[in-house]
Parts: sequence; C-alpha cells; structure tokens
Amino acid sequence: MSDQRTPAARLTKWLVSAPPLIFLLLFFAAPGLIMVLASFRYPGEFGGLAPLVADPGTLHGLTLETYRFFFSDFIYTEIFLKSLLVALATTLICLVMAYPLALLIARSPKRRRDLMVLLVILPFASNFLIRIYAWMILLGPQAALSLMLNGLLGLFGVAPVHLLFSPFAVLVAMVYVHLPFMVLPLYTNLERHDPALLDAAQDLGASAWQRFWRVTFPLSLPGIFSGSVLVFIPVLGMFAIPDILGGTRDMLIGNLIKEQFLGTRDWPFGSTLSIMLTLAVLLCVWIAARLGGRRPHHA
Amino acid sequence: MPSNRGRRGTVLWTAALATYAFLYLPLLIVIVYSFNDSRLNAEWVGFTWHWYEVLLHDEEMLITAGNSLLIATVSSLVATLLGTMAGIAMHRYRIRPLTFIVMAPVAMPEILLGVSLLLFFIQVLNLTLGMLSIILAHITFSIGFVAIVVRTSLAGLDESLFEAARDCGASPWETFRHSTFPLILPGVIAGGLMAFTLSIDDFVITFFTAGVGVSTLPLRIYSMIKIAVTPEVNAVSTLLMLLTLTIIVLASRIAPNVLKGKA
Repeated sequence: MSDQRTPAARLTKWLVSAPPLIFLLLFFAAPGLIMVLASFRYPGEFGGLAPLVADPGTLHGLTLETYRFFFSDFIYTEIFLKSLLVALATTLICLVMAYPLALLIARSPKRRRDLMVLLVILPFASNFLIRIYAWMILLGPQAALSLMLNGLLGLFGVAPVHLLFSPFAVLVAMVYVHLPFMVLPLYTNLERHDPALLDAAQDLGASAWQRFWRVTFPLSLPGIFSGSVLVFIPVLGMFAIPDILGGTRDMLIGNLIKEQFLGTRDWPFGSTLSIMLTLAVLLCVWIAARLGGRRPHHA
Repeated sequence: MPSNRGRRGTVLWTAALATYAFLYLPLLIVIVYSFNDSRLNAEWVGFTWHWYEVLLHDEEMLITAGNSLLIATVSSLVATLLGTMAGIAMHRYRIRPLTFIVMAPVAMPEILLGVSLLLFFIQVLNLTLGMLSIILAHITFSIGFVAIVVRTSLAGLDESLFEAARDCGASPWETFRHSTFPLILPGVIAGGLMAFTLSIDDFVITFFTAGVGVSTLPLRIYSMIKIAVTPEVNAVSTLLMLLTLTIIVLASRIAPNVLKGKA
C-alpha cells in the first residue's frame, strides 16, 4: 500500500470513495430514513402522507398510531407468522433438494465441476417472471400434471383439486426460484472438505451413514447457514409469487406492503410494515450469524 | 466396500438428476410452447412461428423493449463507473460504512428498496415517476453487484506488481492507468454486463418506481400473465432468455471467475 497520509493520497482516496458513497447516501440511506420517518406520520387525505405541519384540527405531526394499529388486529401478526413459515418451509425444502446435488458436484472430477455448477446457475439467469410463468403452465388445470393427479384422485372418489392459485403453487415456485442460492454456498463449502477425514472415519469403522452425519454434515453447517440466509431473506419479502400463483388467501407480508403503497395508498402503515419486515430480516441474519458463530474452526 | 459406494453413488446421481430436471423442465416447456400452433399452453398441436410474428407486430411490446434497452444501457454504464470506484475503495481503503452501504442493497429484500425509493422520489424529490426514477433505482441496486465483481478481480491481483511500478517511479495515477486498470478491466466489463442483465430483468424495484407512464419488458410480461396465459408470453420469454444467455456467455468468456465469484 502506498503511503495514505500524503495529501495527494488522501485526495485520491476521497475521489474514489466519494461518488459511490454520495450516490448511495442519497438513493439508499436517505430513502431508508424517510421510510422510518413516514411510519410515524398520518396518512394523507388522498393517500400518501399527511402534511407534517397543518392547520389545527386536522391530523398532522408525528404519531405511533400505525404501530398501535399493527398490533391491534391479529391479522397482521398472522400474515407475518405465515410469511415466516413459508420462508422456513422453502428454506428446508431447498436444503433437502440442494444437498445431494451439491455433494455430487463437490465429489465429481475437477474438470466436470465447473460445468455442473454452470448448469445450476443457468436457469437462474432467465427472467424471474418467466420462471414463475412456467409454473402457471405446468400447474394449469389443462396441464398433464393436473389431469393425471385429478384422474388418480377420481379413481378414489376424491373431488378434483386445483394446483394453480394455491399455497402449493406458491411453495413450488418459491423453491424453484431460490434453489440455486442454496446449491452454490453448499457446494463451495463441501468442495473444501478434506477427503482424508472420510477415509480416516472409514478406517475407524464408521458406516457410510455415520460418516455423513458425524463428519460431512457438521463440517457443512457454515454452508447450510449461508445458503439458508440467501434463501430465507428474499422469500420473506416476496410478493410476486403469491400475487401470480397464489389464491386470494395466500397473501404474505410482501403483498400486504405492496397493497399499502399501490392499492389503498396508506403510506404510513406501508412504511411501518416495511420496517417490521426489515427488523424480521435483521433478526434472522443475527440468529444465523449466532448459530454460524458457534461452528467448529472451519471457516 | 465398492458395492456400497456404488449404490450411494447411484442414489446421489438420481437425486441430482431429478433436481436438474426440476430446474430445466419448466423453462423447456415455456420454450417448446412458444412454437406451438395453439392458443392454449396445454397440448402440442404443430410447429409455428406465428407467436413471434404476433410479437413483432405488437407495437406496445416493441416500445417497452426499447425502454428496457435504454434503461439497461444508461443504468449499467453509470453503475459500472460508480461500482468500479466502490470496488476499488472497498479493496484498498476498507472503509466500513462504505462497504455496508454498498452491500446492503444487494442483501435486503427487493421490495424494501422499491417502496423506500417510491416514497423518496415522490415525497422528497417531488419527481414524476418514469424513465429517470427507474434508471436511478436500477443504478442503486446494481452498484453493489459491480463492486463485488471488481473487488474479486482486485483480490486476485499480485500486489508486488504495483510496488514494482511505483519503485520504477510511476505516479499513483500512472500505476492505476497502466497496470491496475488493464488487469481489472475484464472484471469491470463483466460487472457491467451483469448490471445490464439485472436491469433488463428487474421486475420488483421497477414495479414500484415506474409510475403509470413508462413500461418495461418485465412489467409488460407481468400485466400479460396477470390477465391470461398466452403463447405470445412464451415467445417474448424465449427471446429474453436468449438475450440473457448470450450476455452471460459473453461475461464468462471475458472474466471466467465472475460466475464463481458470485458463489
């Protein structure tokens, strides 16, 4: 490193850092602060925010009203809990699906690994809406899957079910869209394991099952935590998938927030919900970091 | 125990192939039905280019495609400039608040960035939502991605190279201009291409910052699939996939470790 104390070096430092810093302070930090402030405001008469200062007799100034409102009706807490549950379920299903694949890639010959990883990333490169749309086709009432399932159910005298516009469709698409986020960190972790550890375990008489649960799995915990965070966070804030593939009752936090900002235009309440979501995300990251922090030596 | 290991291998392979099928089958169906001579995405009737012709004559679709390209070009150029600076600053100076503010937009749920920008544009800047607000929003979420790629390529460089340049009497600017920059250029270009595809593909943040006047391809696709499933969506999806794929192949040729850096 060059001497950073000379005036020229200090000038360079600021010339390089200041433009991105200023841009992000303006378009990331400031909007965030505005949102915190907005959550303490009253809604405007025609949507948006009420003026901060106005004639006496109208609602203006700062208030905790939106926060009180949030806790006054259990439905909001319920939607939050449901979103957490969907995020948890998606994360677990992704983990179960991603683990064998990541393990296989990590244990494949070196020259084949890059191609196998690329094959995981590639579908992830197609547009997010297209990947949701694909499931509209696959789960549609005229599609082979629905016809087969309902034919089978018919044999047992069970009424036909709708796959599309259901919690099932939401969950399938959530898993589909976020699966690569789980595979990649898992693979990066598993690839670094020393095969000698498994050989040693085998020499000591450990069965294949024991070798997995007592060697591979504990060592892969950091990979599991980072993959889980990468899946959990975006799922928690997702609105497009329930919006397109879910029924009217499959609303999650994301849909609720979208509704406040673009539908009923109650911006203070929308801001409050967004802040609750931010807190939930931070809490989850903190928990994952704590759990990950307890891990054995392996970085 | 070769037989045991072999059986375990089969189990792993079966599970992995099933996952690959799960990843590819849905997209394959979208592509196949874009050539299907039927209004319904239900059964194969026969081959046709019809839906692509419909697309070519859909004026609104062409306008939104033009919007998307313009937004992606402008926002990725600015994001590449700012993101490269951020990447260099993060690598060289390790300013914690800068690292935080660059990485946070990448890590948080997109909807939060979308609604906070909506509030900010309307309430503070008093800006009519449209092209400008979309471009500013896209720059905001792209900077972090470019910065990560640039920092990754900087981390892979040999510091002694720059010491050598300085020992030979090169000024910091000369060192940057003639040794650092050429070496990280592949990373910068790859980061720029990534910003371009992120912008072209973005739905959530655009949804909140677009207002009523301007539409982009993802917004148009969204309004189409909210109404009905039609093969025209399959056709535009297929073309969009082709575009993204081309850019990704390009990026991975220019900077082979970009894709791995993402992992």
